Amino acid sequence: MSIFSLAITVLIGVLFFVLFFHLSNFLLDYFRVKASKNFAFENSIRVIIFIAPAFIVLFVFIIYPVFETIRLSFFDKVGENFVGLFNYTWAINDPDFKRSIINNLGWLIVVPTLSTFFGLVIANLADRIWWGSIAKSIIFMPMAISFVGAGVIWKFMYDYRGPGDQQIGLLNAIAVALGFEPQAWLTIPVWNNLFLMAIMIWIQTGLALVIFSAALRSIPNETLDAARIDGASELKIFWSIIIPYLEQTILVIWTIITILVLKVFDIIYAMTNGQWQTEVLANLMYDWMFRGGGDSGRGSVLAFCILIGVIPILAWNLYRHKQDQKV
Amino acid sequence: MRKLTFTSVFSQLLLLLFVIAWIVPTFGLFISSLRDKDVLAISGWWTSFTTTEVNEIYRTKGKEEQIKEGDYYFIKSNLFDENQGKEIYRFGVTSKNIDEYEVGETALFKDETEITVFENGDYIWKSKEEFKKKKGKRIFVSAKSPPSFTLNNYKEVLLKEGLGQAFLNTFAVALPATLIPLIICSYFAYALTWMKFYGRDLLLATIIASLVVPLQMCLIPVLTIYNDFGALFGVSAKSYPGIWMAHTGFGLASTTFLLWNFLKTLPSEMIEAARVDGATHYDTFIKIVVPLSIPSFASIFILQFLWVWNDLLVGLVFLDKHPSEIILTAKLKELLGSRGENWEILTTGAFVSMTVPLFIFFSLQRYFIRGLVAGSVKG
Repeated sequence: MSIFSLAITVLIGVLFFVLFFHLSNFLLDYFRVKASKNFAFENSIRVIIFIAPAFIVLFVFIIYPVFETIRLSFFDKVGENFVGLFNYTWAINDPDFKRSIINNLGWLIVVPTLSTFFGLVIANLADRIWWGSIAKSIIFMPMAISFVGAGVIWKFMYDYRGPGDQQIGLLNAIAVALGFEPQAWLTIPVWNNLFLMAIMIWIQTGLALVIFSAALRSIPNETLDAARIDGASELKIFWSIIIPYLEQTILVIWTIITILVLKVFDIIYAMTNGQWQTEVLANLMYDWMFRGGGDSGRGSVLAFCILIGVIPILAWNLYRHKQDQKV
Repeated sequence: MRKLTFTSVFSQLLLLLFVIAWIVPTFGLFISSLRDKDVLAISGWWTSFTTTEVNEIYRTKGKEEQIKEGDYYFIKSNLFDENQGKEIYRFGVTSKNIDEYEVGETALFKDETEITVFENGDYIWKSKEEFKKKKGKRIFVSAKSPPSFTLNNYKEVLLKEGLGQAFLNTFAVALPATLIPLIICSYFAYALTWMKFYGRDLLLATIIASLVVPLQMCLIPVLTIYNDFGALFGVSAKSYPGIWMAHTGFGLASTTFLLWNFLKTLPSEMIEAARVDGATHYDTFIKIVVPLSIPSFASIFILQFLWVWNDLLVGLVFLDKHPSEIILTAKLKELLGSRGENWEILTTGAFVSMTVPLFIFFSLQRYFIRGLVAGSVKG
């Protein structure tokens, strides 16, 4: 499509929603003047106008699909015949599924831990160095890039040429310079998962960094100065004051990255497509959505497994929300 | 000024190490996208800043170029197609001995013609008899190649590989997919904050629960709805309006939640005063709340825009891979499969896909960070 027709499509799409709210409220006001002043009635119409579009979208795209996916996990590949727990027993016996679960667990342990750790260390370092804000910008930058873009960047880093050839991937060039054999990093089972995780850590450290930076500023200077006067070393201050102070923040960052890692898809899809034992649940699920015309039963089981992973976080969030409402 | 202590030097070095480790991959990609594709395929990007020595094969021009001067026939031309600033220091005329001659010396071919090659690639080929062959002869050169960068890869990728179109497509997906949720969620968040209605708390709890629901949970049923919808009306539901609504749906919870978080902080006296003065909720929303929310709109706009721009999964499921609809990330993934060894295409394509996010990042970093931090206050 030409740029012109694209622009028109975009304009119509956006205007549609602007006009919906504008016209419906305008009509309501118009008839209010004419009709008797039934305040309660008018108010409830207005509430409907305000929440209906968002609620419909929420229902169609989130609420209904969640329950439908759970239902489909008990049905066959086209979603017509009830098969009980068949899809679940299939999953338990499927070697790909087992490997995905193990890989996912690996991701869940390594990525949030290292991202949070690096973010915390860098935030502390950058806070007291004059060029710290430039450093923060640079480390934060991968947050803006797509996972596929990051995938290309790192695939280039990991590029492999046979021994004897000039290596054009930086990692192999370093390996060769240090006297090792070049390796096809992404094809070595088990270890290749770490090379994929490195990409996610490279991206998510920036998130941890900026949130920690904001939180660090809330630590009162008096506390830190008092500790320094008492002769505490910087390392001691870090462990005994800063870490306990940031406990809540650490937990929040941990959960954000955990949720993200649970549904990691793009990186693996772009880099290995699940080959060489790098599958995770999200990739396996995508695979089953389309493999052999698609199997909605198996796909739903896999999606449900991802949901189970976030349920503790979901419950915790709801609990905290309730606590907040009481205050 | 802080004293130059051991700790401060150590922290500076450590931070520098982190910065280098973080910037090098992106920097390497950027430099590679500016290199000539032939050089890129055989040498690491870090060698591109220094003069390198290369061995290359060129072919002389054929009989059309010959001129007669006195008793001899000459072909005078330059080996290089375009001036790349290469400096030849040795050359040869047989593959067995590719650096037989010093530059400026005269070499003898088997057919007794003579050739002299100069440093800048100029050559004079001299023969007693008329040149008969259309095809020229092979010349082997050893040259020093200075650092050289080119924009040719960008031209190739944008025009020939279809990334230019994908770039426009991504805009056509991302702009409405950011504006539509912003519009409907601002009304929604206003209702959740300032209107009283039955089920409000339940709705809020649903939003908070939806925040963490993985996208994968929704894909299969939504895709089924789309397919049924398409079958009903005889059009493909995988279209721009389709993906706008999908992104609206998947971004709705976080957009609403961020806005709700912000609207809560507005002084309720102000809203109530307006209501007492007889303003309807719509007036209050448009005239008071929206102007006050502009900075928060900016943050949310940036977050959602970057999310949509960088998304791959939703684009794969809800758009066709047709050239008029394919988005940048899907195109890039396609190139990774089909042009996996053509690093000039991949590096350039990746950089093209990153231009908009990087522009937003460097120009609006403050809003971006504010949005992220606000979103993180709660899970």
